[in-house]
Amino acid sequence: MSGLRRRLRPLLVPVLAVLSAFVVGSLFLMLSDLKHLAMIPTDPIGALTGAMGDVINAYRALLLGAFGDPAKFALAFEQGTPKAWTTALRPISETLVAATPLMFTGLAIAVSFRTSVFNIGGDGQFVLGALGASIVALALRDLPAPITLVGALAGGVLFGALWGFVPGFLKARTGAHEVITTIMLNYVALQIVQLALRTDFLRQSTNSQPISKVLDFVRVPLLIPLPGLRLHWGFIAALVVAALISWFLFKTTKGFELRSAGQNLTAARYAGMSAGGSIILAMVVSGALAGLGGAFQVMGSVTQMSNDVNSGYGWTAIALALLGGTRPGGVVAAALLFGALNNGGHGMQVATSIPLDLLVFIQALVIMFVAAPDLVRKIYRLRPPKPEVAATATEGASA
Amino acid sequence: MRLELREITKQFPGVLANDRISISADRGKVLGLLGENGAGKTTLMNILSGLYRPDSGEILIDGQARTFTDPADAIKAGIGMVHQHFMLVPVFDVVASVALGAEPVKGFLGTFDRASARKRVVELSTQYGLDVDPGARIEDLPVGVRQRVEILKALYRKSDILVLDEPSAVLTPGETEELFEIIRGLAAGGTTVIFITHKLNEVLEVADTITVLRRGRVAGTVLPRETTRAELANLMVGRDVELTVSRAPAKPREVVLDLVDLAVRDDRGGLAVRGINLQVHAGEIVAVAGVQGNGQTELVEAITGLRRVDSGSLTVGGEVVQNATPRHVSDMGVAHIPEDRSRDGLIANMTVAENYILDSYHRSPYSSGVRLNRKAIAEEASKGVREFDIRTPSVETHVGALSGGNQQKVIVAREFSRPVKLVVAAQPTRGLDVGSIEYIHRRIIEQRDAGAAILIVSTELDEVLALGDRVAVMYAGQIVGVLSSEQATKEAVGMLMGGVH
Ligand SMILES: Nc1ncnc2c1ncn2[C@@H]1O[C@H](COP(=O)(O)OP(=O)(O)OP(=O)(O)O)[C@@H](O)[C@H]1O
Ligand SMILES: [Mg+2]
Repeated sequence: MSGLRRRLRPLLVPVLAVLSAFVVGSLFLMLSDLKHLAMIPTDPIGALTGAMGDVINAYRALLLGAFGDPAKFALAFEQGTPKAWTTALRPISETLVAATPLMFTGLAIAVSFRTSVFNIGGDGQFVLGALGASIVALALRDLPAPITLVGALAGGVLFGALWGFVPGFLKARTGAHEVITTIMLNYVALQIVQLALRTDFLRQSTNSQPISKVLDFVRVPLLIPLPGLRLHWGFIAALVVAALISWFLFKTTKGFELRSAGQNLTAARYAGMSAGGSIILAMVVSGALAGLGGAFQVMGSVTQMSNDVNSGYGWTAIALALLGGTRPGGVVAAALLFGALNNGGHGMQVATSIPLDLLVFIQALVIMFVAAPDLVRKIYRLRPPKPEVAATATEGASA
Repeated sequence: MRLELREITKQFPGVLANDRISISADRGKVLGLLGENGAGKTTLMNILSGLYRPDSGEILIDGQARTFTDPADAIKAGIGMVHQHFMLVPVFDVVASVALGAEPVKGFLGTFDRASARKRVVELSTQYGLDVDPGARIEDLPVGVRQRVEILKALYRKSDILVLDEPSAVLTPGETEELFEIIRGLAAGGTTVIFITHKLNEVLEVADTITVLRRGRVAGTVLPRETTRAELANLMVGRDVELTVSRAPAKPREVVLDLVDLAVRDDRGGLAVRGINLQVHAGEIVAVAGVQGNGQTELVEAITGLRRVDSGSLTVGGEVVQNATPRHVSDMGVAHIPEDRSRDGLIANMTVAENYILDSYHRSPYSSGVRLNRKAIAEEASKGVREFDIRTPSVETHVGALSGGNQQKVIVAREFSRPVKLVVAAQPTRGLDVGSIEYIHRRIIEQRDAGAAILIVSTELDEVLALGDRVAVMYAGQIVGVLSSEQATKEAVGMLMGGVH
């Protein structure tokens, strides 16, 4: 195999899985298309072409909603006005904004899975990270902006790490199963946020809802200096963090310990590694990453702390970590895909009145097809991977 | 049924595992399959049992060509396989385990017909002398009995051809004898048996014909009465093998390992080691003999820091090491070859190079504090691979893809790659071919001659006698006798192992 083909081969199954999900999704779209279904007895051909036309329109709207409309780009080039550019770039910008928190939580969960620790607490770590960032930002609001911002991000990391440390420590010391403790801690985290949002320090006094003061006095700098585009440096930070995590896992001694413990805890212990230490470290890193995601979300995308900063990012992350084969590069790709689906789904809903739920359905199909690589291979009659190659693909020396 | 495999070829990335292999076995006969580690025995049997597809070649049963696309096909054709690693559900009882996947059903809803399954299990076990309690839970059974369950499982599916892949590797001598009785009984009843082993005595004892594989090819087919152990060993590895490695008399020096009244508890809290006193000197090999489960595992774990010492004292080179961490013990120069290589010694999904540094990754030259030095790791691992003649396509190959013998060599190479004061080796040659045994024994004797103290724990009498400058016999958590190498005969050690003294 040539070098390029060798490198692309691991992508084949995920790409085909996404494709299959859309094909199956389109079947369901047609089945739920009552207007055309009703036409079948009188005009079957018309019904079919009509239904297919609707599906194509829906997917078109999805693509435009996720990546932008070429016509609008052309217009922007022609006119060159900031407003035209904003219109053209907004879809892709919003896709990346949607992907950013997923990248952080996806990486967080991937690190824990690599160590065979099942961190189901990404949600709690994420909201506490956001809370930590808000508290620090308010406390340091009179300092120069860069210091406030860095402090706020550090606060997010700290809170998230703490929320990862607790279940890690409990598991290492008492054997308490992390799946249970992290799930419970998710609820505790939500209550802490509720409580904190009632304090005068955080609460926006003019609002009856539990929502914090507006934190726009210090914001993560925007990536594109156009009004109306929310894309900020948190996205770049997520990419950098992915690269760092990859480096950490595959190039450092601590990463080696985590991977060893994840693959075979007994052998790691026999080799003199501290099992408890690896578990705690994995949970702390995992929590810190989710917390940083929360901090960027509140300091970059939404600028106000409330329960709504999180929309199940910690849960989606579990799917992303698996989709990405627990490799940082794979997780980033999966997060981008889900960001595009989420954001494009809004576009589709507006254009075709197909409910957003269908996108959730397609996401589920993607997960299903990726989780069943053998099925995909059967459908497309791919040769099964050679044992060696398959093993390397899940391990992935670098991402 | 008559079985014939014709010109079977199977290529794995970088290895031609089976290269036009032809074997055959007549109805009611036992075919012994010998071959060094990695010769391709398991691969060939996996092809026969439908787990792998051959690249070319054919399978003939009673003269008819068959192709199997999956194990279910092979089972239907009457082929039963007892894998080297048992495939039983620990919480099931014997009846459920045996019937699993071929359950008799009753009634409209097709529920599991336990009674009739149980009846057949009992019938089969009396018919073939496979003594098991049908209601016992798998996890409560000793290995020897679990193996019987595996055989029952194959018979339950009406196997006419039974493949046993290294069945005796985990058995005590007594259990092995019982297994041979079962095999003879099956053959007399018309079952064709393929029996894989590394133990030359065993094939000579039980097989009707012996086929030897070497590096993926048939090296020869011989009859037991017309051959000798030495000839078989030669066929296997292609050169003469010293079946018992020669060694100069030991020159013991100062005490390195000193155990005084050592007591250790097992996982359930019972005393597994009950007051052991033993000294191992620099430059000598002490071999601990004993039937599996007499406290040897716990003893080794205590010495290597993996298990807490209950009472007594344990020193290495004068330093108290009881309840030190495994890392501390290993940093003191204690090499450990663990009993169960795939569970304790290696990480199957990691590369040869990564496994090579598993217990020294934190030291120079592999680590510079934070970072791993990939280049040094690859270089040192390649050196180890060359020195220990480890057969692997590269150091980046996953260790799980190597044959058992080569996996063990990775561990030995790793443990001997740093300066050692004390070597603790548990079952160092379990499942290895004669060539690898010779090789590993040589290396251990070399370490002794270089001044290391060596403690070998083995259930294999031949190994204990071949290596021990002194032989300590363990029974029920105690050392019931220490014999010099002159006193240590098969009979003397065997008696002590059985608790007679
Ligand atoms: N799934 C696999 N992928 C790649 N290589 C493999 C695989 N299985 C076996 N091999 C290689 O094929 C060769 C034959 O292996 P096999 O397991 O058949 O040997 P064996 O004769 O059973 O050895 P042992 O006595 O150690 O069990 C070895 O070199 C091994 O590394
Ligand atoms: Mg084998």
